[in-house]
This record gives sequence, structure tokens and C-alpha cells, in this order.
Amino acid sequence: MSKNKQFVRFDNVDKSYDGKILVVKGLDLDIEEGEFVTMLGPSGSGKTTCLMMLAGFETPTHGEIYLDNKVISNIPPHKRGIGMVFQNYALFPHMTVYENLAFPLRVRKIPKDEADKKVDKALSMVSLQGFEARMPMQLSGGQQQRVAVARSLVFDPKLVLMDEPLGALDKNLRESMQYEIKHIHESIGVTVVYVTHDQTEALTMSNRIAVFNDGKVQQLSSPDELYERPVNSFVAEFIGENNTFVGTVTDVSGNTCKVKLNSGAEILANPISVKAKGDKTTVSLRPERALINPKDKMDNNYKGKIKEVIYHGDHTRLRMDMLGNEQFILKIPNSSSNLEIKTGNDINVGWNANDSRALDPK
Amino acid sequence: MSNEQILSSDGVPLEVSLKKAERRNKIRAVLLVAPLFLFVLIIYVFPIGDMLFRSVDDRMITKMLPKTFKAMEQWDGKELPEEPVYGALYEDLSYLKKTKTYGKIIARLNYEKSGFSSLIKKTVRKISKFEEGNYKEQFIKVHKRWGQLDYLIALKNTAPKWSYAKYLKGLDLKFDQDRNIIQVPEDRRIHKILWIRTLNVAFWVTVFCFCLAYPISHLLATLPMKYSNLLMICVLLPFWTSLLVRTSSWMVLLQQQGPINDLIVWIGFAADDNRPELMYNVIGTFVAMTQILLPFMVLPLYSVMKTISPSLMRAGKSLGGTPFTTFLKIYFPLTIPGIGAGCLLVFILSIGYYITPALVGGASGSLISNIIAYHMKSSLDWAFASALGTMLLVGVLTIYWIYNKLVGIDNIKLG
Repeated sequence: MSKNKQFVRFDNVDKSYDGKILVVKGLDLDIEEGEFVTMLGPSGSGKTTCLMMLAGFETPTHGEIYLDNKVISNIPPHKRGIGMVFQNYALFPHMTVYENLAFPLRVRKIPKDEADKKVDKALSMVSLQGFEARMPMQLSGGQQQRVAVARSLVFDPKLVLMDEPLGALDKNLRESMQYEIKHIHESIGVTVVYVTHDQTEALTMSNRIAVFNDGKVQQLSSPDELYERPVNSFVAEFIGENNTFVGTVTDVSGNTCKVKLNSGAEILANPISVKAKGDKTTVSLRPERALINPKDKMDNNYKGKIKEVIYHGDHTRLRMDMLGNEQFILKIPNSSSNLEIKTGNDINVGWNANDSRALDPK
Repeated sequence: MSNEQILSSDGVPLEVSLKKAERRNKIRAVLLVAPLFLFVLIIYVFPIGDMLFRSVDDRMITKMLPKTFKAMEQWDGKELPEEPVYGALYEDLSYLKKTKTYGKIIARLNYEKSGFSSLIKKTVRKISKFEEGNYKEQFIKVHKRWGQLDYLIALKNTAPKWSYAKYLKGLDLKFDQDRNIIQVPEDRRIHKILWIRTLNVAFWVTVFCFCLAYPISHLLATLPMKYSNLLMICVLLPFWTSLLVRTSSWMVLLQQQGPINDLIVWIGFAADDNRPELMYNVIGTFVAMTQILLPFMVLPLYSVMKTISPSLMRAGKSLGGTPFTTFLKIYFPLTIPGIGAGCLLVFILSIGYYITPALVGGASGSLISNIIAYHMKSSLDWAFASALGTMLLVGVLTIYWIYNKLVGIDNIKLG
């Protein structure tokens, strides 16, 4: 059975709340069946609005949303059959865990013994058997979270939406829940649309990530693609750490271009969104792609002054003054050979043209 | 060992130094609470105590006829008493005539049995002409009722210092002369009607308030801030207007030639010469009290609804519940603490409501509180007013108790 490539489809969707500002602008987005797609972006970027439109709590101002090839704009939320996990879990406080889970089954008039089996299965999925009689208030945040996940899955929806479900948990719990949700997704093959502003969460869990900014999807691709090959400077800035150089293109030839920086130096870069000589550009370079005292010949090789050394245990971060950029960050693994690194020293730094991506100017 | 005393760094036992450190805080707390405590004591505890006391206090007559009652202690009440009782009565009545204080006992005795009024008045008038000895004969000569057994039994029945006769009166019951509790004659059973009417009005006012307040509160809790503030002011506006003004404005609206009647006639529900009476009956009481008590229902409901996260309704819908099911199974159960608080508040307030029924209720719309006021101000039967007040208080406490058993007072939420 072939999977539906357009299980969820946003077709040129606009959304405005007040008739003045578009929160979502001309959104096109296809989600494959069984995929784990994360909508990632800063707050106010329109990602939650998209989720709410998909769930049916907001209506698009323009455009259509399709679920399994059917237009769903006119279907009320309770008939869409979409599971949802809310930011604050939204467990019904006056019902026990069992009643919470049984609610979607009861409104679907599923017989009690069958419902009991489903509840049991869903609870075992989140390893919470034996908690049926508890009230939500008696559970810890992580347990409430799991109940919310189980509840969104108990009626076997084809699509589950998660709206920053881990936002209220502490760091360790959040990490273990990330894996747990990911494994549940893998084992039952449900399509998940996940909203978060936490990029590590997005990178850990997703098949594909849609980076939102300003009501638009900036880039939709797999986590590694997103990190290694951001298509514009917003994505480069938003995902992971990033060193930037602002300059003007002086030459483009095939896979490399020359960029003259404001400090006067000329570096070699990979032309992504620059077309011709004279274009303004922001060159983006991941900190781990620049090496200290490279043994091999590299495309760019410059001296910089160490401004600050920050010890991080497994690695050390250097803040350097490099080609006029005083916020140039360098990550170096901790080994005895690096012990000479001290504030004020000048060191050689090299990187390849391919890793420094010339993107749109900010 | 663990029972060794723990010392603080200066060698004083830890417990002692802790107490010392907290003493200041304790004194401060007591001083801060003191004004309220005194206020409650003076304004609330003493008057209620006094009310309870007055409702059973029957010492006035006991004090005024001390010798008579002492002499009557031996009397079994089967035949007319012997000479000593009449002698004691002569002494008591002569003293009362001398001090001119016999008026008080006339009212009390006449309440016990009608006919005492003329009996005492006539006896007192002639008592100065009594000769010493053989008082029994002389009393009977002055008025033949002194020779009738039932009058003397009635007199004896007033002897105890304490009496719950006023409570019986509040329930349309009384003692017959053998101290059995019987119902008063049918044409005099007015209090039962009043109690039932009061409970009825309180119940329906609560129901009306609930029906009106629930949607308003929901709107208040869900509207954006700028609209909900305006609506809140509209709800609270009546609070800022004098109760009398509000009630009088209802009188303007509800009178027979008033705008509401005009509207009813204009629509055609009633003929112009047959305008319905909307005031001076139960309808007027219902309408005005519902409007006046509405905020007491809205505020607790609103404060509870405000805490219900809108995502719960969304969760219910996304899980497949129709809007109605979601409301019934999720929203409504979560508002029960507010419903309880609001209903209890409105019910208790309306059970003792006075000014509105007094102004727009008329005779058929007056409630138990109006009768209390009547006995306080007109008939001056304070003991009876106190007894009715106490019964009202007990009634309210009972409702509170039942509510606590059914819903639990911890579930109440006022804000």
C-alpha cells in the first residue's frame, strides 16, 4: 500500500485575526502519511495558528486545508478525528485517568469492554498501567503529559497534533519524553504534526522540520539538511550556532564566490542565494566547521585574536575577533594539544569555501 | 541519644529561643485581628445571642407575680386552689396597683387566654376595697372568672421562666390548657403560608438568577478583556445603586399604567381595561428580587469559569465530543463549585429579604422578614420577632448543612 504523499495539505492558506495583519501568508505545506513533521519557529511566527487551523479551532481566511484528500474547512473539530496534545495537557481535572482516556471512546459509543482494552493498550504505550483511578492533579507533570499523549492516541486517529507538549517539563524529563514520543510514533506509524520553538527538540524527533518565520515556511526539510544546508540566513541563524560575515559579492564562478567583507578581507564562499557580482550577502559558517591551525590547505585561512575562552567540559568555546566579527565562535574538542589556547593569543583558523554559505543579506 | 535537648548557639534550648523569636509575630497577629474580632463580637455575636435569649425569655410575669406562683407550686390543678393562693394573688396585685405596673401582665395573660384583660382590670380597680381574710370569696365576688378552673390553670401555665411558646406560634401551633401542642384554628394559620411562600420565592429567585447568570458569566469569562470589562460594569452597576432606588424603579416599571404594562397592551396580550397586575403580588417580588440578586450569582460563577482553561473545551471537541456533550461532560461539572456558591448565596439572601417584598410585594407577596419587621415595629412583640428570626437563622444553617453534606463546603468558590 503506497503512502499518501499529501496526507495533510495546506493549499495557499492565509490567516488574519484582525483584518490588518496576516499571521499566516500563502502557506503551502504537504505532509506525508506516517511522517513526523515539526513546525519550528519563534513565537508569533504563525506555527500554532497553523496547527489550530488543522485542528479546526481556527478557520483559514483564505485557501483550503486537505486531510486525506478531503477539504476539511467545513468540518467541525469533533468530526475531524484528529488527536491533539495541548500545551498545558488539558486533562479534564474532574475525571480520573481512566475517564479521561475513555472520553473519546465513550462519545464514539464504543462498547465498554472494547474501550477498556483500548484504554489499557494506550496506557501501556506510555507505561502508566495501574494509574487508571488517579486524578490528574495527583500526577506529576511528566505523568500528566503521558496521559495527554495516551488520550490523543486512544481512539486510533490517523493524525495527531502536538502543541508544544513538553514546554512545561524540566530539561531531563523533556529529553526522555522526546525519545518516548518518537518511539511511540515509530511503533504505531501515526502521522504527527508537532509544534515547538525548541530547536533541539525539533532536530531530535522529526522526520522533517518546517521552519516558520513571519507567517511563512522558510524551509521544509530533514533535520540534517536543515542544519547543514540552510537556504536563508534566518534558518541559518535560528537552527544551531552560526558565525556570520556581512559583505558584497565580488566574483561568482561555479561552486565558489568571492565575498569582500566590510573589514576589507576577501573570503571564498559557497553561493546559495547570490546570483551575481555586487550582491549583498551574509556568509554563514557553523562554528564546528572552522579548524584551528589546519594541517591541510583550506580555502580560507585567517588569523584571529582570542577574546574569551569558555570551558564547557567536553569542548571549549572560543570567542574571537575574526575579520571584523567580534562574536566569532569556535568550538574545539578538549584535548591536551589545545592547552595553549589563552585569551589574547593570535591563532590561525581555516575553513572550506563549501562550508561558508553565502545567503541572503539580513 | 535523640532525646538530648538541642541547644541554639548561645546555649538556650532551641524550643525556647524559637518561641521567643515567634512571640513578636504572634502578638502582632493578635493585634491585627483584634479590631475585627471585637467588631464581630459586638455587632454579630451579642445581638444574635440576645435574640436567642429574648425569644425564650418569659421572666417578666414570673417576676411580677412571685408570691402567687410560689403558692401555686403545691396546687395540682384539679380543683380550685385554696385560700393561700388567693391571698398571695391579693398581695401581688396590690403591689402592682401601688407601683402602677400591672399593664404589662395584662397583655401577657390575655395572650395566654383571652378574657384575662377585663378580669385583671376589674380586679385591680376593686382591690383596694378588699378586706383582710377570705380572699377566695372576695375574688370570685369581684369577677366570676376567678372561680373558673381554666383561668387559674392558664395563670399557672405562665409561671415558668422560659417558654418556647413563641416558636410554636411561628409554626401556627400552640399549647392547649393541658399543655398539649395543637394547631391554631384554620383561619389563623398565617405563618405556615408565609414560610412556604418565603421558601418558594427563594427557590424560584435562585432558579431565575441561575438561568440568567450562567450565560452572562460564560460570556464574561470568555470575551476579550475590553468587552468583558464593560459587561462586568453593566453587571455590577446595580450594586452601585441604592437598593431603594432600584426597587422604586421597578415600581415605576411594573405599575398598572407603567411601561411594561403599556407594552403588554400594545402587543395585544391583554386588553387596556384589563391590565395584569405585575406589582403588589408575588410577580413583583420575583422580578425585582431576581434583578437585585443577579450579581451575587454572576460573580461566583464568573470567578469559577474564569479558571476553566479554554483548551479543555478544545480538547473535548478534538477528542470527538460534540459541543453539547463537551459542555455537559466537561464544562458544566467544572462550574459546579460556582453554581453551589451562587445558589447558596442567592437562596440565603432571598430567604431573609425584606425591603423589596415590603415595597413591591403587597399582601400576597410579603415574606417572613416582613412579618418579623411588623412585630418589631408595630405589634412590639419582640419575643415573637426574635423567635421568627431564630427560626430563619436555623433554617439557613440547615440549608448550609445539607449543602455541605451534598456538595461539600470545600467545593464552594466565591472568588
